[in-house]
Amino acid sequence: MYFPLQDIEAAKLNIDDPDHLRIHSLETFGTHDGPGIRMVVFVQGCQFRCLYCQNPDTLDVKGGSLVEIEELVKRAIRQKNYFGTTGGVTVSGGEPLLQRNKLIHFFKRLHEEGINTCLDTNGRLNNHQAQELFDNTDILLLDVKHINDEIHHKLTGLTNKNTLEVAAYRESTGKPMWLRYVLVPGWTDQPEYLEEWGQHFSNYKTAERVEIIPFHQLGSQKWELLKMPYSLKNTPPPTAKSKKEALAIFQKYFKNVILK
Amino acid sequence: MKASVEKIEFAPGKWQTSVNVQDFVVKNITPYNGDASFLSGPSTKTTNLWNICKASLLKERANNGCLAIDVEMISSINAFKPGYINKEDEVIVGLQTDQVLKRAMKPFGGIKLVEAAVKERGLHVSDRVLDIFNYAKNHNEKVFDAYDKEIRDYRSKHILTGLPDNYARGRIIGDFRRMALYGVNQLIEFKKEDYSKVGGEMTEHKVRLREEISSQISALRDMLIMAEDYGFDISKPAQNAKEAVQWVYFAYLAAVKEQDGAAMSLGNVSSFLDIYIDRDLKDGLITEDEAQELVDQFVMKLRMVRHLRPGAYDEIFGGDPTWVTECIGGMFNDGRTKVTKTSFRFLQTLYNLGASPEPNLTVLWSEDLPDGFKNFCAQVSIDTSSIQYENDDLMRTSRGSDDYGIACCVSHQEIGKSIQHFGARANLPKALLIALNGGREEKGGVLIMKDIPFINDEVLDYEVVLSSFKNTMKDLARVYAKSMYIIHYMHDKYYYERAQMALIDSDPHVDIAYGAAGISIIADSLSAIKYAKVKPIRDENGLTVDFNIEGDYPKFGNDDDRVDSIAQEITSFFINELRKHEAYKNATPTLSLLTITSNVMYGTNTGATPDGRKEGESFAPGANPMHGRDSSGAIASLNSVAKLNYNDAQDGISNTFSMIPKSLGDTREEQVTNLVHVLSGYFKQMAHHLNVNVLNRETLQDAYNHPENHPQLTIRVSGYAVNFVRLSRAHQLEVIARTFHEAM
Repeated sequence: MYFPLQDIEAAKLNIDDPDHLRIHSLETFGTHDGPGIRMVVFVQGCQFRCLYCQNPDTLDVKGGSLVEIEELVKRAIRQKNYFGTTGGVTVSGGEPLLQRNKLIHFFKRLHEEGINTCLDTNGRLNNHQAQELFDNTDILLLDVKHINDEIHHKLTGLTNKNTLEVAAYRESTGKPMWLRYVLVPGWTDQPEYLEEWGQHFSNYKTAERVEIIPFHQLGSQKWELLKMPYSLKNTPPPTAKSKKEALAIFQKYFKNVILK
Repeated sequence: MKASVEKIEFAPGKWQTSVNVQDFVVKNITPYNGDASFLSGPSTKTTNLWNICKASLLKERANNGCLAIDVEMISSINAFKPGYINKEDEVIVGLQTDQVLKRAMKPFGGIKLVEAAVKERGLHVSDRVLDIFNYAKNHNEKVFDAYDKEIRDYRSKHILTGLPDNYARGRIIGDFRRMALYGVNQLIEFKKEDYSKVGGEMTEHKVRLREEISSQISALRDMLIMAEDYGFDISKPAQNAKEAVQWVYFAYLAAVKEQDGAAMSLGNVSSFLDIYIDRDLKDGLITEDEAQELVDQFVMKLRMVRHLRPGAYDEIFGGDPTWVTECIGGMFNDGRTKVTKTSFRFLQTLYNLGASPEPNLTVLWSEDLPDGFKNFCAQVSIDTSSIQYENDDLMRTSRGSDDYGIACCVSHQEIGKSIQHFGARANLPKALLIALNGGREEKGGVLIMKDIPFINDEVLDYEVVLSSFKNTMKDLARVYAKSMYIIHYMHDKYYYERAQMALIDSDPHVDIAYGAAGISIIADSLSAIKYAKVKPIRDENGLTVDFNIEGDYPKFGNDDDRVDSIAQEITSFFINELRKHEAYKNATPTLSLLTITSNVMYGTNTGATPDGRKEGESFAPGANPMHGRDSSGAIASLNSVAKLNYNDAQDGISNTFSMIPKSLGDTREEQVTNLVHVLSGYFKQMAHHLNVNVLNRETLQDAYNHPENHPQLTIRVSGYAVNFVRLSRAHQLEVIARTFHEAM
């Protein structure tokens, strides 16, 4: 059952069952969320309502299943041989920050085992706990979905203010960050906003890499299955030309831009 | 013996006074730690030749997979006049017959099979050859003279399948390097010395050995004549790079002119040849372009090797493979790498001539390989899906030698010192069904094994089933060992590999390479019985024809010890049973978890299994998890297979791994690095073998619909590679249906 904005339950997600993470699924061979080969833990629950969400089945904060953190650590160790010098564990979602306290513990355990950590987040929160989690994150993958707050609001249901604060906090710590941007025709491909986005982060020394993720329709079936209204049903993926243009704009501001 | 006539002398050593190629390589090799930037493209001559070959290959496919057959001559080392593709462009010469891709008859393996194969093509074996076999005996016929009812039953009910009783066993790798290093005269001298040492009271073994050595010497003499016909004198050692490549190829050519074993592997010649190439480069005698030309043209010749096969052969070995398996890379026991520039040059042929299944290029992977080489291998895999990987760190330590090749698909063989007798494989899921059906075969109810009680339980009990299954495996091992004894006894007697054996020590160690198919079905079936509720559905005769499974159960391929340990236990049990039986020539039993392409045929002939697999459904290839059941991602799937113990399956544990390019990463650089990490991670856990395919399913689908657009599309199947378009439609569909790992 789907409930919009489950605030109370979302708060519980961080507190209840301190030894367990509520997860949607595990991918043992992740190569798209952070460097190298990664075990990707897709956590359950998110308060953003991005129109283009590819994993709407991860939104419900009461969905998924509870998995013991130690079990996840054990599995990560089973994969350690494949990580080499670059790989490790990425927590994505869903929105990991909803389970920040538990993730602090998880990441500390991974570090004890010598395993690299990435956090793939929309930067929804920037409180003390969130910052402690960022400090235990080797590479922060921050999705800045739109630079214009009004459009961000329409696109995700919430403000981008916190996300920009998280970016600024990360910059202040000097630890590496990859900025991610989903390119959606008609929503996020306006050249003027791409320029503004680039300008905003152009002086960030910690932004090691910028990733443009072209919108696709692979998630549309999930919306249907969940019987949730999907407003981008008729939105096509960006054209080659549009991707090239976005790439060219970002490349003016960043050395390392990857078009996925 | 003088080591060299060139400016640079070879480093001396034991190799000068006895046959010891390994010593020569260790003393003279120049390991290469750099990257691939030095490599050259194809020469004009090479491109000219390859264009002719490509046209011939198209004609071959248009002609239903066989360009021409000579029906007049029994092929042997000296059969046929010299053949050329286009003489003036050929820097390396020699064909099996007088025309490229023309197939020759080798009827000592079985005249009836040759007759059948020829007849299928609308031709007839010449009366002269037929008449010879009114008097001469052959392997196939004599094996059946010695088979008993039990073996025939196991065979006809597909419990033992693909046995080398109606085709030649192959797998014996000659040390073809010896020809270049010593030349025929010296090799004959060494063999004569061996002969003279077989003295004292005669025994059956000694007489047989004397006969074998004599026939090896005659093979060497015949090779001399064959080379003479092409205008070369191979009585002496090779003096330069071109001769070294040519001498090695002549030795191999002799083997494939006289034998049509299922797998006729090459060994590990590349780094040996590098010693000659490197010396000529240093002496300024050749350029890098010319070095690459030698390798390209040698490899081109290997791609043109053909054997005459009846149509039914395609079921077990689909796509007309020849298994010219060549090992590349690996480490020496002294810690240096065996990687040379010529290791790179061999891989470069996949660019210069395009992708290809043959030669079956096998990278011996070690954690200590130079990074430049690891990256190049990964890149070639991503671009061509034509190479496979085996764990050198594991085999070197477990088998004790750093000079080995891979026989056929995945099987270790110390070069020149040891051989193996090929044993095809046993159908384990069939044995499980026999265990459930009171010793009867599930299709038709014929009694196969005595003293196996019927299991009448409404819900299958794990302990009861396991104990009964162990009893059927015991019986299976007994009959299997018996059949192998007969097959190899007769093969030696009627179709002895004198050409390869002339290049191997005179009384080598022998492995008997047994095999098992369906390990993932066994693991999942027993896991289902243990962790879910499995209810047999029985027909009116009490035979189990299907199963109802209630509840979920752990499945092989998800890094779950509960089921992975079952796969380990069964493998260990079966090899230990096989070890209890007599083997011909006192061979050491080994076991492979390998199916080649017979996983489709096994499926067709095996009833429904307790894991939920329906009657007729294909087995997974090799030791792979069943399609779609490895749902925890690629790494978990690899980890399950890595748990199988190599010491229980020293003939090889085959795993075929397919992924779409994008799943390896966003950029080409990332894809290369990530594939290197996959290989490192897998092999660090003492896994044995990995076929790597990097392909989009859509490409395969398109090749299925429009084969003409994909003449060279190559894909790795269990332990070898095939031209996708040369697979049968059924095999193509099976390959398309396989799990393609995609990252989320």
